[in-house]
Amino acid sequence: MSTFVPPLPGLPLSADGPVFREPWEAHAFAMALALHERGLFTWTEWATALAAEISSAQRAGDADRGDTYYHHWLAALERLVAAKGASTPRELERYRRAWDRAAARAPHGQPITLAPHDLEA
Amino acid sequence: MSGHDPHDHDDHDDHSELGDMDVRVRALESILAAKGYVDPAALDVLIDTYQTRVGPRNGARVVARAWTDPDFRAWLLEDATAAITSLGFVGRQGEHMVAVENTAARHNIVVCTLCSCYPWPVLGLPPVWYKSAPYRARVVRDPRGVLAEFGLSLPATTEIRVWDSTAEVRYLVIPRRPPGSAALGAEALAELVTRDSMIGTGLARAPGAPT
Repeated sequence: MSTFVPPLPGLPLSADGPVFREPWEAHAFAMALALHERGLFTWTEWATALAAEISSAQRAGDADRGDTYYHHWLAALERLVAAKGASTPRELERYRRAWDRAAARAPHGQPITLAPHDLEA
Repeated sequence: MSGHDPHDHDDHDDHSELGDMDVRVRALESILAAKGYVDPAALDVLIDTYQTRVGPRNGARVVARAWTDPDFRAWLLEDATAAITSLGFVGRQGEHMVAVENTAARHNIVVCTLCSCYPWPVLGLPPVWYKSAPYRARVVRDPRGVLAEFGLSLPATTEIRVWDSTAEVRYLVIPRRPPGSAALGAEALAELVTRDSMIGTGLARAPGAPT
C-alpha cells in the first residue's frame, strides 16, 4: 500500500498504518462515541465543538497537519463534558494530579492504577 | 509532568511516568467511569472494533458488489444507506451515506473541510492526511494538484467533483472497475479496492499489481 501512495509534500501520509498512534488517542476517540451514544450530546454538537477547537488551535498557530488532531479531539471532549455538567475543570485537574501520583508510585513496567488515596490531598 | 518532586526526574527513574495527554485522558475516563457515563470494558470493545475489524474492507466489499451486481449498484446510487445496511455494515456515522460513482467523465473526491467527518462503518478510521489542514483546504481549491501529489493524474476531460462531508452526510466513492478484472469474482475484486480509491485520492488497483 505504501508503494501505491507516494509521500504527499506537506501532508503526513500513513497508507494503511495504525489509525491511532498512541493508546490515549484511541481512548479519547472511544469516549466521544460512547458519550454520544449515551445521549450526552448530539453528533452535530460534537462536530461543532471539534471544529471550534480546531479553528482556535489554528488561530493560535497550530499547523494542524493531522498529528495534533486528537489533541483537539480531547480538548473538545473536555469542554463538552464540562458544558454538559458531567464534570468540571476543577475535577479534571484533581484527577490529573491523582494519575500523576499513581504513575509516580507504580514500579516501572507495572500497570498504573488509580487508588483512592491518590485522590486525597 | 508537573507535580513530581524534583528527585523523581533523575536519570534512573524506577517508577512510571505518563505523558500529559495520557494523564488527561485517564483523568477524564476515570471520572466518567466513576459516574457511570462510560464503561471502560465497552470502550475497549469499541476501540478493538474500529482498529482491527472495521477498516476499509467493508467498503471494499460494497464496491465489489456494485461492480458485479447491476441491481445492487442502482440501489447503492439511489439509497446508499439502505444498500450498505443490507450487507450488514451498520453503525456510527454511517447513518446517511451517499455513494458517488467515478466514470471516464467524472472523478469524485471526498473531504471534510470543517473537521474530519468520515464514513467509519465502511472505511474504518480516517488516515492522518485526511484530517490534516493542508488536505482539507487544498483539495477544494486545487483538487488536481492534490491528486498529482498522490500520484494520480487524470485526463483534462475528466471533471473532478469534490464532496464536502458533514455531520449528517457521508460519502463513499465507487472507483472505476480496473481493466483486466472481468473474470474475477466479488472476493478477488474487493482485494483491488483500496481505502484511498474510496476517498477518491486513488484508483482501484489493477489485477496483479503490487499491494
